[in-house]
Amino acid sequence: MKYLLVEDNLELAHAICARIGLDGHMVDHAQTIGDAVDFARIGAYDLILLDIMLPDGDGRSFLKQHRAENNDTPVIVLTARSQVSDRISMLDLGADDYVTKPFDHAELQARCRAVLRRKNGTAQPTTRIGDVEFDPVGGYLTVKGTTLNLRNRELRLLELLINARGQVFSKQSLVDRLFSYDDDVSENAIEVYIGRLRKHLEGSAVQIVTLRGLGYRLDHDG
Amino acid sequence: MTGEVPAYGSLRDRLASILIGGSAVLAVLLFFVVRGYAAQVAQEGQDSILSASVSSILDAAVLRDGAIELDFPYASLSMLSTASDDRVFYAIYEDGTLLSGYGDLGDTPAVAGDARTFASLDYDAATVRVATASRTLIGADRPRRVTVRVAQTQDALAETLNQISRNVAMFGLGFFALATVLAYWATSTTIGQLSRLTTSVTRRGPQDLSPFLKPVPREMVPLVGSLNTLMVRLEHSLKQSEDFIVEAAHRVRTPLATVRSYAEATFQRVQEPENRTALRAMMRAIDESSRAAGQLLDHAMVTFRAENLEREEITLDAMLRDLVERMTPIAEMRDVTLRLDSDGPAVLRGDAVLLQNAFRNLIDNALKYAPVDTAITVRIRATPQLSVDVIDEGRGFSPDEIDILATRFVRGHDAEGHIGSGLGLTIAKDVATAHDGTMVLSNTQKGGACVTLRF
Repeated sequence: MKYLLVEDNLELAHAICARIGLDGHMVDHAQTIGDAVDFARIGAYDLILLDIMLPDGDGRSFLKQHRAENNDTPVIVLTARSQVSDRISMLDLGADDYVTKPFDHAELQARCRAVLRRKNGTAQPTTRIGDVEFDPVGGYLTVKGTTLNLRNRELRLLELLINARGQVFSKQSLVDRLFSYDDDVSENAIEVYIGRLRKHLEGSAVQIVTLRGLGYRLDHDG
Repeated sequence: MTGEVPAYGSLRDRLASILIGGSAVLAVLLFFVVRGYAAQVAQEGQDSILSASVSSILDAAVLRDGAIELDFPYASLSMLSTASDDRVFYAIYEDGTLLSGYGDLGDTPAVAGDARTFASLDYDAATVRVATASRTLIGADRPRRVTVRVAQTQDALAETLNQISRNVAMFGLGFFALATVLAYWATSTTIGQLSRLTTSVTRRGPQDLSPFLKPVPREMVPLVGSLNTLMVRLEHSLKQSEDFIVEAAHRVRTPLATVRSYAEATFQRVQEPENRTALRAMMRAIDESSRAAGQLLDHAMVTFRAENLEREEITLDAMLRDLVERMTPIAEMRDVTLRLDSDGPAVLRGDAVLLQNAFRNLIDNALKYAPVDTAITVRIRATPQLSVDVIDEGRGFSPDEIDILATRFVRGHDAEGHIGSGLGLTIAKDVATAHDGTMVLSNTQKGGACVTLRF
């Protein structure tokens, strides 16, 4: 997916870009509203992350311009306040959701996913591998004509493996991606989710293989 | 915030007592003046009849053969007859010597002088009015002076005076009553202007700091003017502190977000257990501080708004649907299902910001304690009593803590490992109380926790 991050604090922008990049997404960064408007006009973004306090004005004015141009790319606001009244005014102006700083990236991802699902899709098409079709936004997995609705962690695990086909993931790195640092889970929890995915994918062109002592990898025929 | 202002006297009472006291004095004054004037007129009437009587007696006096002969007509005294049967006395003197009548009727008149005099004196256990007049008869040898004195008791006069007094008193009372009514009317119209201003001040919501623009009487213009100036200053300083809070939050939270994002990105990469533990502690500390700051601000806001509750019509089911939708991504992250169960439209008069805050805290709490692959149900019941339950399928409240959990900064013993400040339930409880409702904690049959807000 392709993100546009509008944030004037360079340090925070770098940190967010680094974190989003880790999940295999692309991020463009604009520091001012002026830049952001230009970026949004040209680049085909799936999502815009917008800081509300910017050097050349209030993020709200960007929202106003953005919507006035009939650009329907979803916008998630990054705010330092959690006040409901603030939220209402932002949603009125066309923001789709907001997260309060400092935020958990898992939560940001979850919100992005929810917004995209609500907005009905993304520029990114569904992934098709042989007889398997996977829609990471809608959360659907179609195997040999049968469509399944995946639970959140199954979905994220599969997305991770599919996006980096052929790459080996250790159990630890999968735990880190799937669970909050605060969840007290053992690496065995991953086995449960791998087991569920294997069951869904049984007999299809896609298999998850175990590499003893190393971790898991997604392989596919053809 | 109810400001207790010491009261000193009352404008209304003062105004009313001045007006009523003044009209009372006027009424009494009126009574005495009219009565005095009436007494004077009545006295003049009696005096003129007495005078006529005296004259007619004097006219009858003739000098015949050197002796005074006085055969006065009956009418001279009968003209004095009254309805009250007043008694009449007379005395006739010749050169200071009593010729006939009551000699003890006042002092013996002086020989000289021609003036007609009137006097009041006590005679025979009554007050009498005495008229005295003299006439000089010129005889052959010397002039003779005849003095006639006629007196009359004053029963009829007193009767008339009493009647007049009664009428004047009635009139005075009527005047007083009318003046009192007018005084009350004048007072309430004057004070009414003040009361109207007071009402429009108190009826304002806590956020309304706009100036008063309705025209007021000229005398109140300075007061309303300074009130408006105060409003402007207040709004300015409120705006300033609000801007300050926003700016401060932004300045503090942005670097925190930077640290947290870096920590998270690093956490994904490092392998050494001690590094991972350190990064985990870092993220936890950041989350803890931001959440605590958020809840403390929430709590302050709830306390402030609860004291100045602004009620509007709220469709609770719509609000909760919105809230559930907003919190669903977080629930999904933990593979927890968030359900809304509503039995129809539920309308409540209350403060939307407060209610949303309370429910967000409750759902947040439930999300914290709900195990993976379970459901949290937000149940709205419009009948028989409006209530909202937030039910999870976790371990529930421990029975010995259930009574103290809603106390400020108290957290359950199983809260360890969860981030929180212990203010969530307090906020929800305060909001319920502000809406004349209650919060009840209980456990479901399956053992999950259930928080109920009843309105």
